Amino acid sequence: MLATTAIAGLVLGGTYALVALGLTLQYGIARIMNLAYGEIIIAAAFLAYVLYHGLGVNPVAGLLVVVPAGFAFGYALYGLMMRPLVARAKDRAGLETDSILATFGVLFVIQGVMLVAFGSNYTSYSFLNVGVDVLGATMAANRLLALCLAVALAGGLYLLLTRTRWGTALRAVAVAPQSAPLVGIDVDRMARFAFALGAALAAAGGVVISMYQTFTATSGVVFTMKALIVVIMGGVGNLPGALSAGLILGLAETVIATHVDPGLTLAATYAIFLAVLLWRPSGLFGRAAR
Amino acid sequence: MTSLRRRSVLRMLGLAATVAAAGAGLGASAQDRNTVRIGYAISKTGPNAGGAGITTLPNYQLWVKDVNDAGGLKLPDGTRLPIEVVEYDDRSQTEEVVRATERLATQDEVDFILPPWGTGFNLAVAPLYDRFGYPQLAVSSVTDRAPEFVERWKNSFWMLGGGHDYASALAGLLKDARDRGEINDKVAMISIADGFGIDLVTAARPALEEAGMDVIYDATYPIGTSEFGPMINEAAGSGADSFVAFSYPPDTFALTQQMQVADFNPKVLYLGVGVGFPRYKELHGDNATGVMSLGGIDPGNAANAAYRARHREVTGQAPDYWGSVITYASLQMLQQAIERVGLDREAVSREIATGTFDTVLGETKLENNQLRQLWWTGQWQGDAFVGVAPQERAGASKPVLPKPAWGAP
Repeated sequence: MLATTAIAGLVLGGTYALVALGLTLQYGIARIMNLAYGEIIIAAAFLAYVLYHGLGVNPVAGLLVVVPAGFAFGYALYGLMMRPLVARAKDRAGLETDSILATFGVLFVIQGVMLVAFGSNYTSYSFLNVGVDVLGATMAANRLLALCLAVALAGGLYLLLTRTRWGTALRAVAVAPQSAPLVGIDVDRMARFAFALGAALAAAGGVVISMYQTFTATSGVVFTMKALIVVIMGGVGNLPGALSAGLILGLAETVIATHVDPGLTLAATYAIFLAVLLWRPSGLFGRAAR
Repeated sequence: MTSLRRRSVLRMLGLAATVAAAGAGLGASAQDRNTVRIGYAISKTGPNAGGAGITTLPNYQLWVKDVNDAGGLKLPDGTRLPIEVVEYDDRSQTEEVVRATERLATQDEVDFILPPWGTGFNLAVAPLYDRFGYPQLAVSSVTDRAPEFVERWKNSFWMLGGGHDYASALAGLLKDARDRGEINDKVAMISIADGFGIDLVTAARPALEEAGMDVIYDATYPIGTSEFGPMINEAAGSGADSFVAFSYPPDTFALTQQMQVADFNPKVLYLGVGVGFPRYKELHGDNATGVMSLGGIDPGNAANAAYRARHREVTGQAPDYWGSVITYASLQMLQQAIERVGLDREAVSREIATGTFDTVLGETKLENNQLRQLWWTGQWQGDAFVGVAPQERAGASKPVLPKPAWGAP
C-alpha cells in the first residue's frame, strides 16, 4: 500500500516537474517571467493532437516535430518582443514587471489563435493508456513516460549546465548579467537561447500531457500556476530544484488523497509551498537572496 | 503597480468595445424596425468556455441560422423579421456577464436576451432580467430552488431540473437493481468540491440512504484534480458494486481512462458532466457502453434525431446528450411565443409560461415555469446515450447491468 502510494506520487510529481522545467530556465536565466508559458504547453498539446488525429503521427514521434517548433517559437518571441524590453530595462525588477505585462498580452494572443483554430471545446485523445506494473502498483504508461522524460531532461540539462563551458556561460548570465560581458559572454544570445530552450521544454511537456489530460484552448493558466509554484519552491533557475519540488508535491498530494482526504490535496500543496517559503525564502535549492 | 496598470489597460479595452458596440447599435436602431435584435453574453474564453461551447453557443448559432434561413422570426401579423445578433464574451467572469447583460438591456436595447451558460451565471443575471423585464430561459443551470426563484423573478424559466431530481433517479435505479439482485447495496461515491458536485452529492446522500443503499466511500476532490488513482484504488478496494462520481468534464474523461488502467470494473458506473459529450463516445468507443450519467435522449424521437443531424451539419460538431436539445427547444419556445403574441416581452413571458409548444422534444409545456419532461438518468447503449430514468416516461430504455468490463478501446 505504501509502495503504491509512493510510486503513484512520484509519477504524478513527474508531470509537475516536467511542466516546470522550462519555466525555471526562462525565469532563472533569461529573467523573463513568462505568463504565456501555459499557453505554449497547450499549443504543443493541440499540435500533438493534430499530428496524431490528422496525420496519424505517434505523439512520441511527434515530439521530434513539436519540440523544435517550440524552440523556434521561443527564439522568435524573444527576438521580437523580449529583446527590446531587456534592452531598455534599468534593473532586474523593471524587466520582471515589463515581461509580466508583455507576456500577459502574449497569453491572450496565443489563446485567441487557438480559440479560432480549435474552438473552445474539450480536447483529448488517448495514447499509451495501458497499465504497467511497477513494483506491484499499476501505473499508466503515458504517466510513466512523463516521469522518465522529466528525470532525463532535468538530469541531462543539469549536467550540461554544470559540466560544460556553454553551461557555465548560461549560469554566468543567470547570476550576473551585468558582469558576464566582461568575460566575453554574449548575454543577449545566451538569454535568447535559454528562453527558447524553456519554450522547447514547455512543448515537450505539452505533448506528454496531451496523452492523458483533457485540455481546452483556455486551460493554460492552470499549468502556469502549477509550474510557478514548483519553480519558486525549487529555487528559480534550478533544474534539480524543480524536479525535486515537483516530486515532493506529487508525493504529498497522493499521500494526502490516499490517507487523509482527497479534498485536502490543494490545501496540502499550498501548505507545503508556504512552509518551504518560510523555511527557505529563495526555494529549496535557491541561493540566498542578494 | 503592475496590476493597476493592467487593470487600466483592460478598462480601456472594455471602454473601446462598449463605444464600438454602442456605435453599431445607433446605426441599427432606426425608427422603422427591420430586424429583431437578440443579444447574449456567453463564456467564449476562460474556464467555462468548454461547457458553453458545447451546450449553449452552437445552439444559439444554429437557431439564428435556422430562423434567418426561413426568412426571419414570424410575427402575429405574418410578417417576418430577420434576427440581428449582439454577442459579448463574458470571459467566464460573473462580473463581466452582469455588466454585459446590463449593456444589452440599456445600451444595445435588444428585444430579447438569451441566457449565459452555468447555474451561477444564470443566478447572477436573474435580477437584471427581472428588472428590465426580459424572459430568462435558463437552460444550463441545475438548481433545486427553481420554485423559489420563480416566486422571486416572475419571468425566469428553469429548464434542467435540480440536483435532487437527478440524485433521486439514480438512487431509485440502484435500488431497483439491488432488489433484482444484480448489484450489492454498497456504493462508492466521489464528487467535485464545486457548485455542481456539492449540489448533487448533498442530494444523493439522503436519497441513497432512503433507498437503503450503503455509501461506504464518500470523498470530495478539489477542482483541477487530474490524478484519481488514490480514489479509484479506495473505491475498488471497498467492495462496492456501484461507483458514482459527480464530476466535471476533464475529470470525467480522466476517470474513465484511469479506471481502465487500474482495471476497475464496477457493475454500475455513473459519471458526471462529459459522459453525454459526443467526444466521450469517440474517445472510448465500445468502452463507453453501459456508462451512466445525467440526461439522455429518446432514441425513437424523430424530431430529436433530425435536430441532431442538422446540428452536426451546421455547426460541424454533434450536440451533447443533455442540455443541447433542451437549449434548442427553449429557443423554439421563444420563437413560437413571439409568433403568437409579438415582440411585447411581458406577453411573450406569459405565453412561455402558459402555452404549449411543438419543439424538438415533442409537445412541450412548462409547469410553474419549469421544464419537467426531462431524462434524469441516461446510459450509453450502442451509438446513443439513451434515457433510462424515469422508466415510466414514454420512450425510456431499459438500463443494462452490469456494465461490460473494459476492453481495448
